[in-house]
Amino acid sequence: MANQKQDSIMSIQNLTKVFKSGLFKPEVTVAVKDVSFEMRPGTILSLVGESGSGKTTIGKLILKLLQPTGGKILYKGKDITAIKDKEGLKEYYRRVQAIFQDPFSSFNPLYRVDRVFDMVFKSFLNEDNKEEKIYKALESVNLNPERILNKFPHQLSGGQLQRLLIARALLLDVDILVADELISMLDASTRIGVLNLLVELCKKNGMSVLFITHDLNLGYYVSDYTLIMYKGRLVERGSTRKVYENPIHPYTKMLFNSVPDIGKMWDRSKEFLPEQVVHDVRKFYKENQGRGFEEVEEEHGVLFSDTY
Amino acid sequence: MRENILEIRELKAYYKILKGDVKALDGVTFNVRRGEILGVAGESGCGKSTLASTLIYRKPPLKYISGEARLLGQDIMKMPEREFKKLRLKNISIIPQYALDAFSPTKKIKTFIGDLVSEHGIRPNKKFYDKVAERLDMVNLDPSVLNRYSIELSGGMKQRIIMIISSILDPDFLIADEITSALDVSSQRFVANLLANLRDEGIIGSAMFITHDLSILYQIAERIMIMYAGHFAEIGPTDEIVKNPRHPYTKALLASLPQVGIQYKDKRLTGIKGTPPHLLNIGPGCRFRFRCPYRTEKCEETPLREKVNEDHYVSCWNSKNIGSDNHG
Repeated sequence: MANQKQDSIMSIQNLTKVFKSGLFKPEVTVAVKDVSFEMRPGTILSLVGESGSGKTTIGKLILKLLQPTGGKILYKGKDITAIKDKEGLKEYYRRVQAIFQDPFSSFNPLYRVDRVFDMVFKSFLNEDNKEEKIYKALESVNLNPERILNKFPHQLSGGQLQRLLIARALLLDVDILVADELISMLDASTRIGVLNLLVELCKKNGMSVLFITHDLNLGYYVSDYTLIMYKGRLVERGSTRKVYENPIHPYTKMLFNSVPDIGKMWDRSKEFLPEQVVHDVRKFYKENQGRGFEEVEEEHGVLFSDTY
Repeated sequence: MRENILEIRELKAYYKILKGDVKALDGVTFNVRRGEILGVAGESGCGKSTLASTLIYRKPPLKYISGEARLLGQDIMKMPEREFKKLRLKNISIIPQYALDAFSPTKKIKTFIGDLVSEHGIRPNKKFYDKVAERLDMVNLDPSVLNRYSIELSGGMKQRIIMIISSILDPDFLIADEITSALDVSSQRFVANLLANLRDEGIIGSAMFITHDLSILYQIAERIMIMYAGHFAEIGPTDEIVKNPRHPYTKALLASLPQVGIQYKDKRLTGIKGTPPHLLNIGPGCRFRFRCPYRTEKCEETPLREKVNEDHYVSCWNSKNIGSDNHG
């Protein structure tokens, strides 16, 4: 990972987030534990895991919507938890933005969609050539400005709204884009367009994208690097090809065995229960006691045991 | 060829609203055979869930317009509600979409199941719960889940319980509407295989598996039907549909599916430009023509269903021009 560090724009180091609920007998949920990775410009990093694995929590920590319990998030070398004043936050959000799963809840149904651009200009940009900039951004996400502006969210499709939000991120010229299940609400035929666009713009503008997904096929298609999360732990990490071709952690193996793929049938003789993964992982950790997160080859690391 | 358990002929059902008719299911014809799992796929708004609702409960604004749906020889469209109620659960049953969210948060699973089946005239006595326990065992759940609340169970566990309840009276025909959509991949696989197992063990006769995910259908369905914007597009054996699609929509849909082994760097997948048409008061003609690269003048007329191969039917005027060679 040494050479990755040099040009990384965001560095996540031993990140931990613990949620406590209840007053007298607090119940502790460890949502994210000891997660480290680097984000580099012009690359797409996919964060894969089941619901409850902590992938969205990581996204929220990066967006400063949550405060970490432990560990650091360094953006251009500076710890973002130290950003507290309004100016600093504004500067941070100028460069770090997110797009979420449900496009319809990202827009206020009472206002026209242009409002997202108005807000962007009001908060972050000077209003010179505003119209021209908006047109340019919309055109670069393959939307016809004439047909989009002045519409209400319900008049547009989910795919169009997601493109619009990408255009918004483009206007800001963001460094880091957190795309949390960006396309999981879109139909198969429209989502590929949005995905292709995301990759294209990422490469062209040198954006660093954290692509949070539960869909392994989509993750494989777009990403340069893959992170696999399981119960708050980063269990496997590396270049997408290496992780997919040579999975080592039992959870990752199970994931790849379960992905439905056209042209490849599931092996129905090897039926396993979702609950059984827990046992497999426990056994794996026990066998490898004393080992921690290790690099098994270049750009491929695996968590061998969680008790190190 | 096996006998048909369900025969659907030119079935039409519209949503009647103030502005007119939303033609969500507009003349669909197909059969479900005994013992098969028929996959039904398409984008949101293609009419696949409307098809399920039409067969099970037609609540306003959804209104049956015309056509036939014969279940075991009886036309259930013209059957009075009181008689149809006798068929539900025993002959025809459904696992509804979003059933995961339908559990009562304040009732134990056992009470919830009891209330549900007594609606259908089954007494939830010891014999009934013994049967439930036996089925729970089949899906690897401990009978103690019956004394838990829904928030204590994972999505996959809840979906398994729903599948057991829907099939508790061994229905001849089961409709499974998006049963895998809200689940993680591991539960997805288990639930999909469970549907096949229920059929293999004779607990359910046949099933119609509605989903937007073609790759899951590939795993368990014998035949696949593709729908587009309320119209029938194509039906055929799974392998044939996947390898030799003859409807331009099916072809485009398959081309847009990402698969492990394909990276953006190496191969650019293509989506379909545009969006499905609005179905309110829509006129005749092929509904895919607005997005179709093979469009001709003839497409202004609604295409007829025709046989293109053994067991393979397509509704497209230009299906002859759509070769199988240039996909994949």
